[in-house]
Amino acid sequence: MKILKAGITSVQDMGRFGYQAYGMPTSGACDQYSYRIGNILVGNDDVEASLECMLMGPTIEFEEDTVFAITGGYFNTTLNGVKIYNWHSYRARPGDILELGGVISGCFGYISFSGGIDVSPVMGSRSTYIKGKIGGLEGRNLKDGDTLKTGEGNLFAYGRQLERIYIPRYERDVTVRVVMGPQDDYFTKEGIYTFLNSPYEVTQSSDRMGYRLKGKPIEHAKGADVVSDGVPLGAVQVPGDGQPIIMLVDRQTTGGYTKIATVITADIPRVAQARPGDVIHFKSISLGDAYWTYRHYKEQFEIIRWYVEHS
Amino acid sequence: MYNEPRFMPVGDQALLMELGDDIEEGCNACIKGMIELIEEVGVKGIIETIPSYRSILIYYDPFVTDFNETVDRLKKIYGRLDIKSVEKGDTVIIPVLYGGEVGPDLQFVARYTGLTEEEVIDIHTSMDYLIYMLGFAPGFPYLGGIDERIQVPRLETPREWIPAGSVGIAGRQTGIYTVDSPGGWRVIGLTPVKLYDPHRDIPVILRIGDYIRFRPVTVEEFDEIKKGVESGTYYPEVLRGGAG
Repeated sequence: MKILKAGITSVQDMGRFGYQAYGMPTSGACDQYSYRIGNILVGNDDVEASLECMLMGPTIEFEEDTVFAITGGYFNTTLNGVKIYNWHSYRARPGDILELGGVISGCFGYISFSGGIDVSPVMGSRSTYIKGKIGGLEGRNLKDGDTLKTGEGNLFAYGRQLERIYIPRYERDVTVRVVMGPQDDYFTKEGIYTFLNSPYEVTQSSDRMGYRLKGKPIEHAKGADVVSDGVPLGAVQVPGDGQPIIMLVDRQTTGGYTKIATVITADIPRVAQARPGDVIHFKSISLGDAYWTYRHYKEQFEIIRWYVEHS
Repeated sequence: MYNEPRFMPVGDQALLMELGDDIEEGCNACIKGMIELIEEVGVKGIIETIPSYRSILIYYDPFVTDFNETVDRLKKIYGRLDIKSVEKGDTVIIPVLYGGEVGPDLQFVARYTGLTEEEVIDIHTSMDYLIYMLGFAPGFPYLGGIDERIQVPRLETPREWIPAGSVGIAGRQTGIYTVDSPGGWRVIGLTPVKLYDPHRDIPVILRIGDYIRFRPVTVEEFDEIKKGVESGTYYPEVLRGGAG
């Protein structure tokens, strides 16, 4: 396929694991829920590489018969000028033009192709990590005029769709669940109260590395800096100014700010789909509830796959 | 270092094993030994470990295990850990071309510290630096304990672009940029060695617990090593079991 307009688009998959000890971020799709559903809709294994676009989607000219699906954030998507829908799989013919344009709701869109994007894996993943100049297409975002190939896929996986109950709605005010810690003891009681009871607005300085939020400052008890340690996905760092930052897939592997809480895995996609100006509330849940939610989250992919393939 | 490690939940898939709250060599040896033991014993459900100055972030699969079970296992392993048996790391010799265009801040460091450029280089190359952790960027080594005589503040305005291989100092730290990036450290030299190359079998050549010794080289030697690096025939010299 040929990329006529690139938008802000990169190749992403599940991520690059096993190298964090050497300072290598995991990268991967920001919203793993939409990314995985996209692969299911086009008949792929969960792990194939897709295109991820942020706020501005690409325009693509197909050069071969291809099955594709759009998931995640809603763009003004058309195929040959005719509106098409998210969470459906479609078949495209050579010469067809898919145009996403600007985002309408949500933040990250995924275009999944039957057979997946065919680029060489680096350290076990096809995900683009721009700072490390690796993965995807030459370790960079797509640019106008690029061409990409897909692997051999199932060309009959079109006309599939996701059950309505599994389609997320992207509200402008979201509540995300967190497990407190590992450094919640660095904050005053008041600071913890503020964190759990105040709205935080997503700011413009938000990207795949992390979302910087703005709101009532969270009060530290022992200072904002710790001797650097590992930074997990979803860590809520609070630097000296008391403004939280949620760490996402391109985060650095280690950091020296206090981490008040960690967003649970199932709610990371909802963080990722928030846009600058949207509001995030934090809700604390027990570790037991977090496990339960994670199991439910993981198992639903199997249920969805069964439904998609049998309806 | 703490008497007993602390364990804290980190979301639904990880936990933090914290061994201390300061930068010290004993803690680093303990972390290195602990990770080696975890790998050797093969703890059920543990997926990935990320060492840092004072703790280990441990990812586990909550479908296989949970926080309490993993902590119990880690405590047992910790009980078996004998710091004295942790092998001393290797010393990796890193050739560096100091000053000039590739070390634009060497002159500043000399002026600031009241030393000559040669003295700064002598001091910077006179000791072995322990690699406490890798992070910030792929393969970027956090090195401990720089000589007080050459400690300088960071740049007031960080540079927008520092090429990979640049050797910098700031406060008590020294390090080597592994990818082109912005940065606020004072750049005093450049190494032709690629500490990070994603297309090599082993992308990152440094390990925590190893040491780095900087060795000054001439322009001619730098160019020769650079050719060797590019053709894949140059490997940095390594002193086994470190003289550090």
